[in-house]
Amino acid sequence: MNVLEVENLRKSFGGVKAVDSISFHVREGETVSIIGPNGAGKTTVFNLITGFYKLDEGSVLFRNREITGLSPFRLPRLGMGRTFQNMRLFGELTVFENLLSGMLRKNGYNIFSTLFRTNHYFETESKAEEKARELIDFFHLSGKEDYPANSLPYGEQRRLELARALSIEPNLLLIDEPGAGMNPKEIQDLIETIRAVKERFSLTLLIIEHQMGLVMSLSDRVIVMDFGEKIMEGLPDEVRKDTRVIEAYLGEEFTG
Amino acid sequence: MEITGYLLQQFINGLQLGAVYALIALGYTMVYGVLRLINFAHGDIFMLGAFIAYYLISKFAIPIYLVFIITMFCTAGVGYIIEKVAYKPLRGAPKISLLITAVGVSLFLEYFLSLNAIFTANYIGFPRPFEVVNYDLSLFTVTNIQILIFATTGVSLVLLYLLIYRTKQGKAMRAVSYDQEVAALMGINIDRTISFTFMVGAALAGVGGILYGIAYPQINVFMGVMPGIKSFIAAVLGGIGIIHGAVIGGFIIGISEVFVSAFLSSTFRDGVIFVILFLVLLLKPSGIFGKRIEKV
Amino acid sequence: MNFFIESRKILLLALLVYGALKVLFVFGLLSQYIEQITLFSFIMIIASLGLNVIYGYTGQFSLGHAAFYGIGAYTSAYLTKVFEIEGVIPFLPALLLSGLLTGCAGYVIGIPILKLRDDFLAIATLGFGTLFRVLLDNSDKFAEALGGSRGFVGIPRITNLELTLSVTVFLILITRNLIFSRYGLFWRSIKADELASVSIGIDTAKMKLMAFSYGCFLAGIGGGLYAHLYTFLHPSNFDILKSIDFLIIVIIGGMGSITGTIYAGLIWVGFIEGLRIVLPAEMLDLRWVIIPLLLILLMMWKPYGLITKRSR
Repeated sequence: MNVLEVENLRKSFGGVKAVDSISFHVREGETVSIIGPNGAGKTTVFNLITGFYKLDEGSVLFRNREITGLSPFRLPRLGMGRTFQNMRLFGELTVFENLLSGMLRKNGYNIFSTLFRTNHYFETESKAEEKARELIDFFHLSGKEDYPANSLPYGEQRRLELARALSIEPNLLLIDEPGAGMNPKEIQDLIETIRAVKERFSLTLLIIEHQMGLVMSLSDRVIVMDFGEKIMEGLPDEVRKDTRVIEAYLGEEFTG
Repeated sequence: MEITGYLLQQFINGLQLGAVYALIALGYTMVYGVLRLINFAHGDIFMLGAFIAYYLISKFAIPIYLVFIITMFCTAGVGYIIEKVAYKPLRGAPKISLLITAVGVSLFLEYFLSLNAIFTANYIGFPRPFEVVNYDLSLFTVTNIQILIFATTGVSLVLLYLLIYRTKQGKAMRAVSYDQEVAALMGINIDRTISFTFMVGAALAGVGGILYGIAYPQINVFMGVMPGIKSFIAAVLGGIGIIHGAVIGGFIIGISEVFVSAFLSSTFRDGVIFVILFLVLLLKPSGIFGKRIEKV
Repeated sequence: MNFFIESRKILLLALLVYGALKVLFVFGLLSQYIEQITLFSFIMIIASLGLNVIYGYTGQFSLGHAAFYGIGAYTSAYLTKVFEIEGVIPFLPALLLSGLLTGCAGYVIGIPILKLRDDFLAIATLGFGTLFRVLLDNSDKFAEALGGSRGFVGIPRITNLELTLSVTVFLILITRNLIFSRYGLFWRSIKADELASVSIGIDTAKMKLMAFSYGCFLAGIGGGLYAHLYTFLHPSNFDILKSIDFLIIVIIGGMGSITGTIYAGLIWVGFIEGLRIVLPAEMLDLRWVIIPLLLILLMMWKPYGLITKRSR
């Protein structure tokens, strides 16, 4: 089954085509990566899929449901999680609260329970707390539950953002440049983490990434973008050998 | 024929008010450009301009052109001091803290000056520096006050334009508005440019204060509040940070206000300005001349 | 039931406060004036809690809080006049209704303006506050009883210690329950990062509206109690200076702290009224100079607030 079907996406900003007729699909359980040089329009594609930008044209089907034009807060409720390129944590909230927010969003209680503290309130809260602890353990953040998120070191913040995206129990997770600002050792750890996450939470993944090592070892398929267009799609090995990709990526170094 | 004359007359009156708003709006828009701050105290600098001119005219009886020059220097000085004392220590603090400070400065100026030992809270009659003359142009009349307002505003705008687009200091102002960090990297003295912007804005507000005092000869320490807010709305309407936007916004606000007073009721003249504000904020927050920016 | 079990400490404390104040009031150990400002400080706490929900917790800056306080005050005063209410019990539904109406007003105004951010939200709320003041000044043209710029006179004095204290405690508990729930967590998430909140499925527009209208509801209840404490309303009681009063209390108390707001409300009213006693009569106006000056110094000293650090 196709979890995501993207058809003919178009978006321009003030006359500049940022994304031009992009189509692709992601099957259940797959890991698909979008690669391409800076400014190729990868993040714009993410923002179009997740509804943060309005499309000029095209359609997006998520689990066979048309999601074009839905408010962006609807998509996480349907099971689409995401992270951000420039990392957006709830900085002044604690690690624990960062996760609890998503959990209680998914499984909550109504205003009556809130005001009068019904048993349902306490049960739901403790269930959410339990689940938050599981995530904290899974991402090796134990002992930091009560730290404000912005006081964590960079690597842990990255893990926390991933954990928060999982707190809403998504089927499809969109990860925007998970390896940004990491050294090769950290990238290796990240690859392991993403593998484990995918396995454990039975996810379908769509990843934007620059680090070729990460893309090659994780992806089932790779989509290459340049100047807002999809220039090719294929298995990691095919992509690696394709001259168009090498040109787009390495520019003059190879061609000139 | 009569209705055309009446319309034209109201239009001229609207231009008169709009010119004053435009002068104040320029200060808002320039300061917003370099600091991303709504300088709430700007309306009070306008008020100070009127009071300084009042003392110069009534106590010293000096020629009108000197009144303008001295007032501009004084308000520019006040603008400089406010920036240095209240805003500069907050560089890098949250935006809202700066805004709260600006509100504090505004209220402080108003209530400090309204103390009985200083200006008091009473209305004071502003002395007319010359006899009012009406020129009958058959369809409508123009007063020499209106001519003075239009001429002064025109000259101020030309000078400001030359300053911003033809001098090094103006170039620095534009660079800082565009991107403060890059401007700093290019060797522009950010603090000096910000101070300079405050001074230019305050001088223009001073001019506005004198003209307002001459045209509507009742002054009071709280007189800057409404014109201040309306001029800010004018700046938003034209597109905040955009010089010609502030001028055109000022005229639109002034004319709307006069027309509402003339054809509906003066009770609604403030109301309609806020309706304009809400409409702008909802339909096009970047204003008439602003570009829409979409960014995650 | 859980509600009371969880709140037993606070309820006990409230009972002690009530006992102490009642003794002082009954034996006439405090002047009429001190009694009045004690009640007034509770009222300020209620309304400031409202602003804290809006600004301190949800991050939506408002310079128009006094207008909502005013809506509550005028509505309740109008209701008691029309229905000739004099006792505390018949006053309760009128008070609740004015709070709810104020909340609805906040909802309606919030729909357009909560789309704005930071300084634009500030100017829009300030605009609303100014507009409200103009409306009040001309209110006698719509309904004679409202009094316009002459003020609303002849409001019965209904607000007493029992009413004020029980309403204050009840609203503090309700507010606490909201803050320490998923809704409070969503509000704080929105304050921390709106886009990230969207990415976990929070309907930010709805949650901001909820916080804003609840905050306005609290302001409205505060206003209703105020009207029936001082028995006279004037448009100048609801202008920007009043909004600044609430803002100062929220900032001194620490944004996003309920206990901080309570302390700060008491301190602030004590300070302002204390100045009235300390300052000679001809220098009373100095208070309005001191308030903004304090605001400026406060911002320079601690841009994030003073008394407490909050935690869940």
